[in-house]
Amino acid sequence: MTPAALLVVLVGLSLLAYTLGKSRALAAVGGSRGIRNLHSLPSYYGALTALWCALPALVVFGIWLAFQDAIITRLVTSHMPADVQALSPQELSLVINDVHNVVQGNVSFENARPEVRAAAEEYIELRRISRLALTGLVIAIGIVGLVVVRSRISPQFRARNAVEKAVEWGLIGCSLIAVLTTVGIIASVAFEAARFFGQVPWYEFLFGLNWSPQTAIRADQVGSSGSFGAVPLFWGTALISGIAMIVAVPIGLFSAIYLAEYAHRKFRAWTKPFLEVLAGIPTVVYGFFAALTIGPALRGWGEAFGLEVATESALAAGLVMGIMIVPFVSSLADDMITAVPQSLRDGAYALGATKSETIRQVVIRAALPGIVGGVLLAVSRAIGETMIVVMAAGLAANLTANPFEAVTTVTVQIVTLLVGDQEFDSPKTLAAFALGLVLFLVTLGLNILALHIVKKYREQYE
Amino acid sequence: MNASGSNVPGDAGSRPSVSRRTPKETQEQVARSLKRRYWAERRFRMYGLAAVLIGIVFVLFLFATIIAKGASTFRQSYVKLDVFYDPAIIDPAGTRKPEDIANADYQAIIRAALRERFPNVEGRRDTRELTRLVSSGASFDLRSRVKNNEDLIGQRETQWVLASDDVDMLMKGRISRETADDGGPLSAQQIGWIDSLAEADALELRFNRTFFTHGDSREPEQAGVGGAVMGSLFTLALTLLLSFPIGVSAAIYLEEFARKNRWTDLIEVNINNLAAVPSIVFGLLGLAVFIGFFGLPRSAPLVGALVLTLLTLPTIIIASRAALKGVPPSIREAALGMGASKIQMVTHHVLPLAMPGMLTGTIIGMARALGETAPLLMIGMVAFIVDVPRGFTDPATVLPVQVFLWADSPERAFVERTSGAIIVLLAFLVVMNATAVVLRNRFERRW
Repeated sequence: MTPAALLVVLVGLSLLAYTLGKSRALAAVGGSRGIRNLHSLPSYYGALTALWCALPALVVFGIWLAFQDAIITRLVTSHMPADVQALSPQELSLVINDVHNVVQGNVSFENARPEVRAAAEEYIELRRISRLALTGLVIAIGIVGLVVVRSRISPQFRARNAVEKAVEWGLIGCSLIAVLTTVGIIASVAFEAARFFGQVPWYEFLFGLNWSPQTAIRADQVGSSGSFGAVPLFWGTALISGIAMIVAVPIGLFSAIYLAEYAHRKFRAWTKPFLEVLAGIPTVVYGFFAALTIGPALRGWGEAFGLEVATESALAAGLVMGIMIVPFVSSLADDMITAVPQSLRDGAYALGATKSETIRQVVIRAALPGIVGGVLLAVSRAIGETMIVVMAAGLAANLTANPFEAVTTVTVQIVTLLVGDQEFDSPKTLAAFALGLVLFLVTLGLNILALHIVKKYREQYE
Repeated sequence: MNASGSNVPGDAGSRPSVSRRTPKETQEQVARSLKRRYWAERRFRMYGLAAVLIGIVFVLFLFATIIAKGASTFRQSYVKLDVFYDPAIIDPAGTRKPEDIANADYQAIIRAALRERFPNVEGRRDTRELTRLVSSGASFDLRSRVKNNEDLIGQRETQWVLASDDVDMLMKGRISRETADDGGPLSAQQIGWIDSLAEADALELRFNRTFFTHGDSREPEQAGVGGAVMGSLFTLALTLLLSFPIGVSAAIYLEEFARKNRWTDLIEVNINNLAAVPSIVFGLLGLAVFIGFFGLPRSAPLVGALVLTLLTLPTIIIASRAALKGVPPSIREAALGMGASKIQMVTHHVLPLAMPGMLTGTIIGMARALGETAPLLMIGMVAFIVDVPRGFTDPATVLPVQVFLWADSPERAFVERTSGAIIVLLAFLVVMNATAVVLRNRFERRW
């Protein structure tokens, strides 16, 4: 039986367990009249029986499937002819790959080499046996669970408590996924990055000024030794994010002030969703816009003024990224400004201050920690933004402060290094993970700092 | 503090020189500065208005350029040809075997039909230029027509066939009428033919069905978003199936069950931080764990959905928690007071009341997932895929990645396609967000 069919059978079995458990509970108190004598509602007895039928079987099912392929592959390999087994690990893994391809039907049996064909036949036979055993085992466990729980059902049996305990554990498990994601990110990225730093020293990566990740395929190749100094990437990221913040902070802040303090209620109701549209536009659309409209336009204007502007200039990417971040800054600033108590404003008005003086000298100052937190979050957003820079910024690692030239960023390099064919061992691929680690740590630091500031600020006025 | 600081009485009081002034003098000084202060006030207000307007103008400008570039995608040039399904070409042996019919040279049929339309075209070079007016995809259309209805063989039929991308661009006025000698893509002869076809109403713009049904293609006129839309649907369906139950469960635990301690604090900080981690990092996670470690297939909606699930979970959890917080405690107390268990209280009372808010958050999370590109690049959903995917493990691409791929293509016609794909993408987003707004307005209760 295929795993999918087995799952369907298991679902059917647990449905059966549900009805059996429920009817058993009712029978124990003599039908629906005696339902008062039951500790829990009959459906809880059904649910508990179904749980005990399905859960242990599912656990076995999952573990079995996780290890099945590895064990079968090892068995098949150990039965291969001696000359195949004598091959180096890399070559052996190629042969095993061929076997897998034949098994999956990507390569037909006729086209395979005899030893591969024999191994594939053995693989399929072993898999058949394994599936048969799994089917038997899972169904047996399900039935045992069903029978045992059903036999223990009595009017005093606390079924509801048991079911609710299980549900609560399920809820805990779901909330743990978020923690597991973080652990997964750190573990996977750090593991690959550690392998990278095994090949390239960390100080060369962090402080090197030369980035050209093309490594030689053969040892005697000229001019492509591969150097991994990431400073130009950090600089490019900083330059583009800086331009973006120069655009986003004033526009975001001023529009937040205007909408929160000046605008008529109707005007606010109409314009706010409009600005929020900016936040909902996919970044790939911004990238397309930056690359095909803003970039060439800037180049044209530059020519008109006698300036040399690259089509993939840092300015184009930064401007568009800034616009993308505007709603982010403005909605956070809006929250912070409305959180400032009215009494502070009233105090300033009573002293004769005009509205703008109140805003500048009282409201903004009171909201400043929150606004700084929001801006920090926006910076982390700008650093991690990928599609705009992939489409509108360059690939060459330039160390320049001129915004009209093309620079490259950390995220652009991650994408270029990892898109396309790749092998997991070359420093070129691993470098992407090292960059990812730096990106993750920097944004994480910014986020923690910003959220801490924002939280502190919120407490201040609560 | 700046120069205007002295005008604020609270500030002025601390200065001994001011305190020596008489009230009248102070009043006069304030009156003198009023003009400047009101002017500053107006200026400040203008800055605010300008900032809001910049945002609005940018939105309008963005939409206007995309629509101006992309609206023409939905119409496509077709050439009307009098096609003769010549048995001598399709099925010379007369066997009607499906393989023979499938392998026949339908290009020759189109060539014959074009020659019939322009009888005085002679010579190989001219004939080749003439056939270039029609897309190479037209022969596939004819083939599928014959495959579906073998009786067509030997018959004559007036058929609208797909024109090539250069003809299409000329019809839409996207390329100038410069001839090949001046650097244009079409020769003077070809432009002449196009004009004569257009005059005879045998060349016109019709609704572009290809764009919605086909997958990707190297030829712009045959490329469509059908494959990408299906890929997006598969990916999003699975994302929703995974992230909604998990997100809601996690929110229920954190909001209703968890005791306040360091452990739950950790989970909470964690979720807030995950919401701000760059999406490309999730792509790295997917590449290293799902593809590298678990060996799941590359480019598959399955892996895309797993990555997007992790990406949208924080959004859904945060929104769901807010929705749960909005349910007043009195409802919980009433349920508990009637003897409900905690789980019964949540599932029977709190959850139904919080559901609209949770659904709104989920739709917004899904809209974000639909527009997400970078993590999907990492797990290989950037491949050139012609076939429309049919399952969760078929290689597929999604709408925003299709936009990214086409944006890189040099052909003129692909700029139009890219904008067209963006319009489709934005249309989906508008529908999703509108649903979220309607849901919020209709069902969200305030206590």
